[in-house]
Amino acid sequence: MLKYSLKRFAGAIPTLLIIVTLSFFMLRAAPGGPFDMQRAMPPQIKKNIEKMYHLNEPLWEQYGRYLGNIVQGDFGPSYVYRGTTVNSLIAEGFPVDLIIGGFALLIALGLGIPIGIVAAMRQNTGWDYGPMALAMLGISVPNFVVAPILILVLAVELQWLPAGGWAHGSPLHVILPTVSLAAPLVAYIARLMRGSMVEVLNSPYIRTARAKGLPTRTVILRHALKPALLPLVSYLGPAAVGIITGSIVIEEIFALPGIGRFFVNGALNRDYTLVMGVTILYGMLIIGVNLAADLLYGVLDPRVRYQ
Amino acid sequence: MSADGRNGPGRLNWYPGRGAAEKAAAVLEHQDVEGRSLWRDAWNRLRHNRAALASGILLAAIALAAIVVPFFWPYGYAEPHWHLLDQAPTLTGGHLFGTDALGRDLFVRVMWGCRISLMVGVVATLVTLAIGVTWGAVAGFMGGWVDALMMRTVDILYSIPFIPFVIILMVLFGRDLFLIFVAIGAVSWLGIARIVRGQTLSLRKKEFVEAARASGVSNGAIIRRHVVPNLLGIVIIYVTLTIPTVILFEAFLSFLGLGVQAPMTSLGGLVSSGAADMQSYPYLLYIPAVFLAAIVYCFNFIGDGLRDALDPKDR
Repeated sequence: MLKYSLKRFAGAIPTLLIIVTLSFFMLRAAPGGPFDMQRAMPPQIKKNIEKMYHLNEPLWEQYGRYLGNIVQGDFGPSYVYRGTTVNSLIAEGFPVDLIIGGFALLIALGLGIPIGIVAAMRQNTGWDYGPMALAMLGISVPNFVVAPILILVLAVELQWLPAGGWAHGSPLHVILPTVSLAAPLVAYIARLMRGSMVEVLNSPYIRTARAKGLPTRTVILRHALKPALLPLVSYLGPAAVGIITGSIVIEEIFALPGIGRFFVNGALNRDYTLVMGVTILYGMLIIGVNLAADLLYGVLDPRVRYQ
Repeated sequence: MSADGRNGPGRLNWYPGRGAAEKAAAVLEHQDVEGRSLWRDAWNRLRHNRAALASGILLAAIALAAIVVPFFWPYGYAEPHWHLLDQAPTLTGGHLFGTDALGRDLFVRVMWGCRISLMVGVVATLVTLAIGVTWGAVAGFMGGWVDALMMRTVDILYSIPFIPFVIILMVLFGRDLFLIFVAIGAVSWLGIARIVRGQTLSLRKKEFVEAARASGVSNGAIIRRHVVPNLLGIVIIYVTLTIPTVILFEAFLSFLGLGVQAPMTSLGGLVSSGAADMQSYPYLLYIPAVFLAAIVYCFNFIGDGLRDALDPKDR
């Protein structure tokens, strides 16, 4: 398994290289630069600034320099937030995303799995149709609709929770962003769980377990749960993508100091290094989650062998 | 595909059904029994799925209104009424859904928003379909190293987070409707390519294809008569489930201010500007949000219903 993991890590390198190359040249091909101001700068000053950031060199040289730097873990200085490095911006913003994203995933699993199991056990009854209709609503209403409505009701009308801001991660400020981020995920996971549970419950070995006279509880928890979780493991990758996408709008709505806002603002301001740093981080996250999902798959399903 | 394994309400009462005895008798007497094609079967099952049917009707109504209303509505989508800013929805004043902060008629704007959202959903999905089906069918049919190379490319592209790239694209190259189609279509064809490739691969080895080949049917005719009809079901399901995700993605871009150019709008853009004014004028948020959710909800229900109706594995 260690060998397999190492192999997968090695396999991720070309993917990362594609991400870096694509984003580098896409950004450079775009009209406008980071130092185009409303008022024209004296040419000498502009020249000096460009020299300082090596923007006057040929593109290939810049690309090579950038590759060399990121291999050493240095994403370079931010062009727009003067005097800050991209590394320090990410170090500042990423914990915010980690907190709301991590909690959102926990909530989604904690709610989605039991809902799916109950719906599958009571198939084609009110316990099935009700939650599944709600889940359908959950995947149809995007989180940038859920979030403003939650703010309107819970923050503005009832004034139970703050409408936005981070306040160094105080629990009250974390609740609303996390819940809005988790809402579609709960729905997806509940639907997925119901589907796979229905399939597992129809399989012969479950009938055997029942025929032996095992209580339903044991049948579900000991026999059905593990195989039913497998499709959920494959969903972890798309879930990570969903959390990243969601966090971009959620940060915007709740004015959170996470990296999603840096990303959008960075792109608007042509902050090349910041945008690339965040893109690469997103890429590494998704690759990492996919790898973790594959390994977890092996733990849950002994038939899977790694070579 | 059948992650959901949902049983439509019509499933149970459809199969043996009324008249089963007569049919059995007809078979015994060697009378002509009407054959049931896959599509006939599917339509029968879909017809009994009330949720899917209701969704279809609602969706058709919204689409029709979105297409027709802007032609005869007395107000344009960009026409300000400076004396009627932020007017609440009313049945009598002419502005059915009220007006926004610039006094523009919300009803016609919502209709335009539905138009744009539906158009983006359908056109971008067609782009997806064109790339994905071609790629998957070629890879599946050619097999060998061509297949290996093409699917390896898909694998690599799959692990690239495309959202940042679409955002970069939209920010840097302007907010053009055509660019939205291409950008969304170009990044979401991977799933369908995989599905089509897998299906083609397994179809190629099926006995009926073998039989057709043995009896001298040409390659083109095999593809047309045997491969494509068998792919069609899964492609239709995929399309109905791709359209809502594309609509949501466009709404996401519009919400960030990266969608269609103002004063033109889409449902995502309307939700975004509604959210900005929601404290004083919540209807500006609620009305477009309801339309957006209704469209996506309908597509999802239809997709689910089609999957139940067409997926032969579930029979």
